[in-house]
Amino acid sequence: MTADDGRRRNDAAAPGHDVPTGADGEQPGPAGGGTVQPVLADEGTTSVPEPEPRPKADATAEVAVINKPTAIGFVAPALGLIGVFMMFPAVWALYLGLTNYRVTGTAAREPEFVGTDNFTRALEDPLFTSSLWITLIFMAFSGVVGQMGLGFTLAWLFRRWRGWTRRTIEVLVIMSWIIPGSVVAFLWRAFLDGEGGTLNALIPGDVTTEWLLRQPLLAIIVFNIWRGTAFAMLLFDAALNTLPPSHLETAKVSGASTWQTLRDIVFPAVRGHMLTTALLVSMWTFNLFTPFLLTGGGPNYQTEVLAIYVYRVGFGQGDFGFGSAVSAVMLVINLIIALVYFRVLRDRRKKA
Amino acid sequence: MRLMSSLQIDETDPMTTVKALLSRIGLYLFAVIVGLFFAVPMLWLLTAPFDATPGLNVSWPSFTLDNFKGVFENPRAVTSLRNSLVLAVIATGCVVVSAAFAGYALSRVRIPGRNLLLYMLMLFSAVVSGTATMVPTFLLIYEIGLINTHTGVVLILTGGMLPTALFILKDFMDSVPRSYEESAQVAGASSIQILKDIVVPVVRPGLAVIAVWALVNIWGDFLTPFILLRSADLYPAAVVIYNFYDETGRPDLSLVSAFAFLYSIPVVLMYLFVNARYGFRFHGGIKR
Repeated sequence: MTADDGRRRNDAAAPGHDVPTGADGEQPGPAGGGTVQPVLADEGTTSVPEPEPRPKADATAEVAVINKPTAIGFVAPALGLIGVFMMFPAVWALYLGLTNYRVTGTAAREPEFVGTDNFTRALEDPLFTSSLWITLIFMAFSGVVGQMGLGFTLAWLFRRWRGWTRRTIEVLVIMSWIIPGSVVAFLWRAFLDGEGGTLNALIPGDVTTEWLLRQPLLAIIVFNIWRGTAFAMLLFDAALNTLPPSHLETAKVSGASTWQTLRDIVFPAVRGHMLTTALLVSMWTFNLFTPFLLTGGGPNYQTEVLAIYVYRVGFGQGDFGFGSAVSAVMLVINLIIALVYFRVLRDRRKKA
Repeated sequence: MRLMSSLQIDETDPMTTVKALLSRIGLYLFAVIVGLFFAVPMLWLLTAPFDATPGLNVSWPSFTLDNFKGVFENPRAVTSLRNSLVLAVIATGCVVVSAAFAGYALSRVRIPGRNLLLYMLMLFSAVVSGTATMVPTFLLIYEIGLINTHTGVVLILTGGMLPTALFILKDFMDSVPRSYEESAQVAGASSIQILKDIVVPVVRPGLAVIAVWALVNIWGDFLTPFILLRSADLYPAAVVIYNFYDETGRPDLSLVSAFAFLYSIPVVLMYLFVNARYGFRFHGGIKR
């Protein structure tokens, strides 16, 4: 399906959801409106409505609106910036990881090639292995389970709501995503504080738990769910809007349970969105530095995710070579995550 | 119409009504819980800045605006907000302008597999995260002599954000009908004129989306300025907020809270504005 088809269907589908609730009739987006056929009048409910013929003109019919040199001139600045300031550091990380480059001393003037020394050193460092483990737990629970789970739940449960309740929830969720990370970290310090923290005040009884010291990993996981659910919610919301409402109605009429509806109709239809979201959320969470603002990696390295580890060895100890080696490990893990998702995506496409 | 009638029968069934009512109550309960989960940590930002003696607890403030006076009288606070503004505006400008040019060209010139190419590019930008490459990024900026300059920060932020911006924008560009441009071309308009007078007005929502997205990201970015800047007077707000301590070495909460409020307000207002004007959603920008 092309993007255009998806978008058009999206716009047509969204107001259709409004029909059953009969709420205040607010349009979901700027593109809503126009005349939309009542959903239930669609008799052919068992088959997917035929997508409109693709608007793609074939190459011969196309008039060149832009010539090659101009096109190259238009593309060059962007690709140049991407190449130099994004791609190059990554390649360089792989190389630097093989050297003993340091900020000061002889190794700073003429770094030597040390081969895989940094990598074996990393594997022998218990703080590295624990950091890797912490990062994976953090990614799984705050990113994949937390953000995606809550994001989907919100998008699914409130998909037909169009009143102030939905707007309020949406604004709150998105706010927590928009407010700068530095501020959010302060908010959560205040929220979790042992003496005057709001969380302790909310728990009945005389609780004075220093959450950031007692449950540091749990704290950053919940913190990150709070922080990042908006993205998953927005994406799933867009995905659910591409579902033909008639399919859901059919399921409802034929007495399918919510779980059956989700399993047989919703998940297969939005699996592409799910995988893309999962991919992005996992990689972002894996590389997140924000826990640093909340805990600084402590107490006693318990929340030192890999990004903080790299910062500590690279900038804290000035060991650029070793830091780069860990960076390289992170890059490779990112790549593996990406490849795994591609694999899954391809397998499912084949099956479909 | 068979469907219609079966639905109506369903609704008159008493069991179904009870079940529907219960699930409705459960749903409202869940909505309240979720609302509280997201709202409660934010309360501090609304109460503490207006409290004469802000602590870490949320309390009904003994109302005052002195904390804000304190921010405006603090030269570092004011400078850092100005730095944030400069960085955000310039870097966002770079992202939007270069993405618009490149997105337009990529949308109009037929390169085999360009969608896949763009997707790979965006994917790669997620693989090559700024945090994983912080050491080489620092060295690169150091080697080209831009360490401790805003230029260095702008370049790194722009490079990191462009792939996604490009990816989102190209989708919008594809939706511009070519016939507009063709008639403009027949009338003798240059490529730049076409882009400026026809394409940009049509894809304005797309440009708004990536501009807001970039601005919010840059405004809140901590790591890049944190590693690339050394002088305190160049720090943006994201970094400076960690340097507000009182004599006892504890965060100066009256300053921090009011500062955090002022620092958050612009992005929050911008979100509300964009949400009201364009609707803040993803329109198939990230698909597949």
